[in-house]
Amino acid sequence: MGKIASSSSKGGIGGWINDRLPVTQFYKDHLSEYYAPKNFNFWYFFGSLALLVLVNQIVTGIWLTMHYKPDADKAFGMVEYIMRDVPWGWLIRYLHTTGASAFFVVIYFHMFRGLLYGSFKKPRELVWIIGMLIYLALMAEAFLGYVLPWGNMSYWGAKVITQLFGAVPFVGDALVEWVRGDYVISDATLNRFFALHVVALPLAIVALVVLHIAALHTVGSNNPEGIDIKKHKDENGKPLDGIPFHPYYTVKDIFGVGVFLLIFLFIVFIKPDMGGLFLEHDNYVPADPLVTPALIKPVWYFTPFYAMLRAVPDMQLGALIMFAAIIVLFFLPWIDRSPVRSVRYRRWPFKLMLGLFAVSFCILGWLGMQAASELYKLMAQVLTAFYFFYFVWLFFYSRNEKYHEVPERIEDH
Amino acid sequence: MTDNVNKSRRTLLLSTGALGAVGAGFAAVPFLKSWLPSERAKAAGGPVKADVSKLEPGQMLNVMWRGQPVFVVNRTDQQVGVLESLNDKLKDPESTSSVQPEYVDGLYRSREENLLVVVGICTHLGCSPKYYPDLVPQQFDAEWKGGFFCPCHSSRFDISGRVFSGSPASRNLDIPPYTFLDDKTIEIGNDGEQV
Repeated sequence: MGKIASSSSKGGIGGWINDRLPVTQFYKDHLSEYYAPKNFNFWYFFGSLALLVLVNQIVTGIWLTMHYKPDADKAFGMVEYIMRDVPWGWLIRYLHTTGASAFFVVIYFHMFRGLLYGSFKKPRELVWIIGMLIYLALMAEAFLGYVLPWGNMSYWGAKVITQLFGAVPFVGDALVEWVRGDYVISDATLNRFFALHVVALPLAIVALVVLHIAALHTVGSNNPEGIDIKKHKDENGKPLDGIPFHPYYTVKDIFGVGVFLLIFLFIVFIKPDMGGLFLEHDNYVPADPLVTPALIKPVWYFTPFYAMLRAVPDMQLGALIMFAAIIVLFFLPWIDRSPVRSVRYRRWPFKLMLGLFAVSFCILGWLGMQAASELYKLMAQVLTAFYFFYFVWLFFYSRNEKYHEVPERIEDH
Repeated sequence: MTDNVNKSRRTLLLSTGALGAVGAGFAAVPFLKSWLPSERAKAAGGPVKADVSKLEPGQMLNVMWRGQPVFVVNRTDQQVGVLESLNDKLKDPESTSSVQPEYVDGLYRSREENLLVVVGICTHLGCSPKYYPDLVPQQFDAEWKGGFFCPCHSSRFDISGRVFSGSPASRNLDIPPYTFLDDKTIEIGNDGEQV
């Protein structure tokens, strides 16, 4: 008994706490003695930036709920009230709305980093899958939040998205009613979307982020070389090519935060609606069940999937394709069978295809914002087909892929 | 250990930290200030007008100002006449520790002797006292000379809102800023000094 206490106790208040709660050990495990590869480049800013944006969304979100009422008769007016009457309300709201878009910018870069350097591959499959769950939760969170201002685009966006549940066979119509809590999008819908947006999904996202980091810190971080730094350790068991996260990467990330905030705050102060991209013009009109906006489109971060939905003439099939486009990403660790992680040691066919995949995703995003035309529809169909073809191609190509030899150690920089 | 400290880096670290702390301080301002009354609340908390020309002697008017009752009483000469005789029984007869504008005195506590304007909130725990105008013995005070009685915890105030000794309330009733716009109208919440 006494031995256990005396072996760890260092005395003082810190010792007293550490005997009961391993604060110092936690700090060491995740910061001062978490060894990350020494060759992180700018792509590695986006993980910590996502955390920063999450904190921004939570803090500004809490402040917005102080002034907002989820009532179909009042919601639109409450947002105007926040913008005009609440001291600094405009800033807090713009931080939140710009933060939503910034979240997806950061997350898309973060995910593409994973594709570039094979960060999803063994042993990091769960890191990737949990990350994908965060992405899904984030999409739901963003959609629900978009409904709350109760503008006309909120209303019709909510209508179109909830209508997607109607694509479920047999119970579709009943499901749509159940989700809406009414025969139409109504006060009941707004109220439950508020509850989900403000309580349920943030809790889920924070929990998933904790799991994401816990899983990452169990297996260790990947790096631009895709080399496993745990293979070569010194006599103390520290990876030779690793450096402690704190202070090396905390300082680096603070620099990244500085650059990010410059861009982010420029948008917040100068162009918060981003010309209709971050805050759509139709949402400055109160919700009107009788008048559909001329062009219904989701916010930019959903448009690649929206383009896929529109490309298919059949609603059920379109919804299926759209969901499949997201679900297929979950299986990436088993689709890409190449033993090489980083793009740096893979040959041109992979580089070309990954590049085309990224470009086609961006073009799909652009197409999703345009009014439908025959040409655009054809383009969206071709690009949707390519999106799925990429994974099929990767599955077969990566099996016997030729690649450059991967070094044992990370060379000095 | 101390030999290894690189002074210029230490300076950079400290100045970065200090600048970051200043930045965090500035960033906190909007969040703290957004708790202040909004423009809507300020507009709702603006001055309120009341017509006092139709008040009979001894009659009281209850006016809502900033969500709280303000009593406007047209005091009778008899009510005003006994004020000085009550001084011995009061906690703060000169109203030295009261909340009241500079332009009212400690005895009448009003711009015009007979017209009392007082916030109808007990300074004990915030109940609204009742108006007992008549100079007749009451259950709570056998020598009642007219004034206000709080039903919550039996605080007693005279017709100037001054608190009697033995009451749980420690401070006289508050006098709000007010001014006469003309003979008939007062405006509560306005000192009238900027006009």
